[in-house]
Amino acid sequence: MNYFVESLAQLLGRAPSKPTRDELEPEVQEIYFEKRRHKLTKKELRALEAAHERSRHRHKWRNRRWATLIIVNLLFVISYYFDVQLVEGALTASRVIGFHMADLNSALQVMLAYKHVVLNLLIGTVTVFLLWVLLGGRTFCSWVCPYHLVAEFAESIHLKLVEKKWVKPVTFRRSVRTVFYVIFALLAVVTGYTVFETLSPTGILSRALIYGPSLALAWVVFLLLFEIFVSRRAWCRYICPIGLTYGLVGTISPIRVKYNVKSCHHEGDCRKVCMVPHVLDTTIRMRARDVEVPIGADCTRCGLCVDICPTDSLNFEFVGSKKLG
Amino acid sequence: MSTEKPKKRPLSPTRRVQSRREFIRTTVLAGGTLIVALAGYVPLAGGGTRRLRPPGALKDAQLHERDFLSACIKCGQCVQVCPVEAIKLADLTDGFGIGVPFIEARAQACDFSCDGLQCVLACPTGALTHDLDYPAQARMGFARIARPQACLAVQGEGFRGQARGPDFTGELRYQEVDRWNPIPVAEHPYDLELCDLCVRQCPIEIRIAQCAAGEPPSGDPNQCPPRPAIRLDPIGDNGAKMPVIADGCVGCGVCEMICPVEPTVIVIDVDQTADTATA
Repeated sequence: MNYFVESLAQLLGRAPSKPTRDELEPEVQEIYFEKRRHKLTKKELRALEAAHERSRHRHKWRNRRWATLIIVNLLFVISYYFDVQLVEGALTASRVIGFHMADLNSALQVMLAYKHVVLNLLIGTVTVFLLWVLLGGRTFCSWVCPYHLVAEFAESIHLKLVEKKWVKPVTFRRSVRTVFYVIFALLAVVTGYTVFETLSPTGILSRALIYGPSLALAWVVFLLLFEIFVSRRAWCRYICPIGLTYGLVGTISPIRVKYNVKSCHHEGDCRKVCMVPHVLDTTIRMRARDVEVPIGADCTRCGLCVDICPTDSLNFEFVGSKKLG
Repeated sequence: MSTEKPKKRPLSPTRRVQSRREFIRTTVLAGGTLIVALAGYVPLAGGGTRRLRPPGALKDAQLHERDFLSACIKCGQCVQVCPVEAIKLADLTDGFGIGVPFIEARAQACDFSCDGLQCVLACPTGALTHDLDYPAQARMGFARIARPQACLAVQGEGFRGQARGPDFTGELRYQEVDRWNPIPVAEHPYDLELCDLCVRQCPIEIRIAQCAAGEPPSGDPNQCPPRPAIRLDPIGDNGAKMPVIADGCVGCGVCEMICPVEPTVIVIDVDQTADTATA
């Protein structure tokens, strides 16, 4: 199936398609066949992982990403605190050295609710659209959104609790995010209010960082507690329309993660660390249609899979050029 | 079932139960989230979100502010540019009005010390309408003498000292002190025969006086307000006077902020403007 169709279908909530044996490229069939003939022993695998564990690059992308996320959000804070007018506003809309920027989802909600678009908002929206087409769409989620960072922290607690069997993880249907998307859009049009903004932890956190703490943080804390004790990364996985908006942008983005089936041992470490593991289903044995498979638009380009892969089978690529980083 | 779709294997009974449970859970999640989201309407219905808004905030003929709440992208750029830091952002308790700017006039009113309506210029969505060019065109609300008996001028009394006491943090621009930087009201004590603070500090009246003296703000004659906003009318023979609001009042709230009486004698009504009050 076409990359765009598959990518879009996954984004909207469909399970990744499973190729039949005949749909695999002959070269890939050969690779899978070879792998079965020359299986690595457990010992060899352990040695491979141990070596990777010691690698200097073990957390390369995570560290880069956290640094970027913190710097971007701090720029807003510092800019206001010291009145240097570098980045004015909040993540929902801002002016960067005078240039208008508007968060795509916030802008969309405003347009649907208000039903007028002033030129400045249009300029800001188009600028940000082009920016995230270039940078990868959901890259916004993992590299900029402040909720993502605190949710990652909550996720690590959740995983520990699950490991100790103190918490039984609960899952929901991924497709509900698409339902939420439509409902929030309809609510904006029908009620004439930006209903989603009331709930958006991204907006709440960004404003709280810049303008000081608010009662609304209680809602963010509630979400985090839900993610710690009930369902892993529930907000980002099942609800947030911001993620879907940027995901749609990401379908045509040149920056993405690419999977190479040759070196992969199909252990599934990448899917364990991934917030949206369905995008990595192609790493399961007999699932890759081609030797190289680009990962779909629901991927937040967080790089955790790139970091954890002991065999360098997952890498960032800029379409048309070599691997990044 | 399996004969119709030979490609899809039917789910095992366990998987089918799991799938149904997941569907029910998901429905509960969706329902719960939507109830929380729609609860954001409750504060609006209760009228608790009627607040003094920055100049240019959209309102319809009935002064409803739905357009304002929807057009606002909740970014706070207006907060950042205000020289007297009069603008605050509403909290979750305002429901759909979360992150929307408002002014608490008694604590810090908008004194138009930026002259150019910086908040309007900063607004990226037109929630603070760009139709507005000058302070006198603003229609934020309308002043009202809420407690005339308590008014010092009505009692024929003067005022000496800091208008709101030594601990008051509010600021005003005093043209004669510093044209560019507002200073704390506490640092500008008064000594008045008859208290006329509401008229004396009214940004519209100040502009009218400047224009009369041939020195319009920023040298721009367009800044000159067409009509007065507030005056003191004599009552009785003992020199007592009564503040009277005129149709030039834009509802900026400086009179409410500067009034030295506790609680304030003069307040801003947000469900009135010069247009509706004098119609």
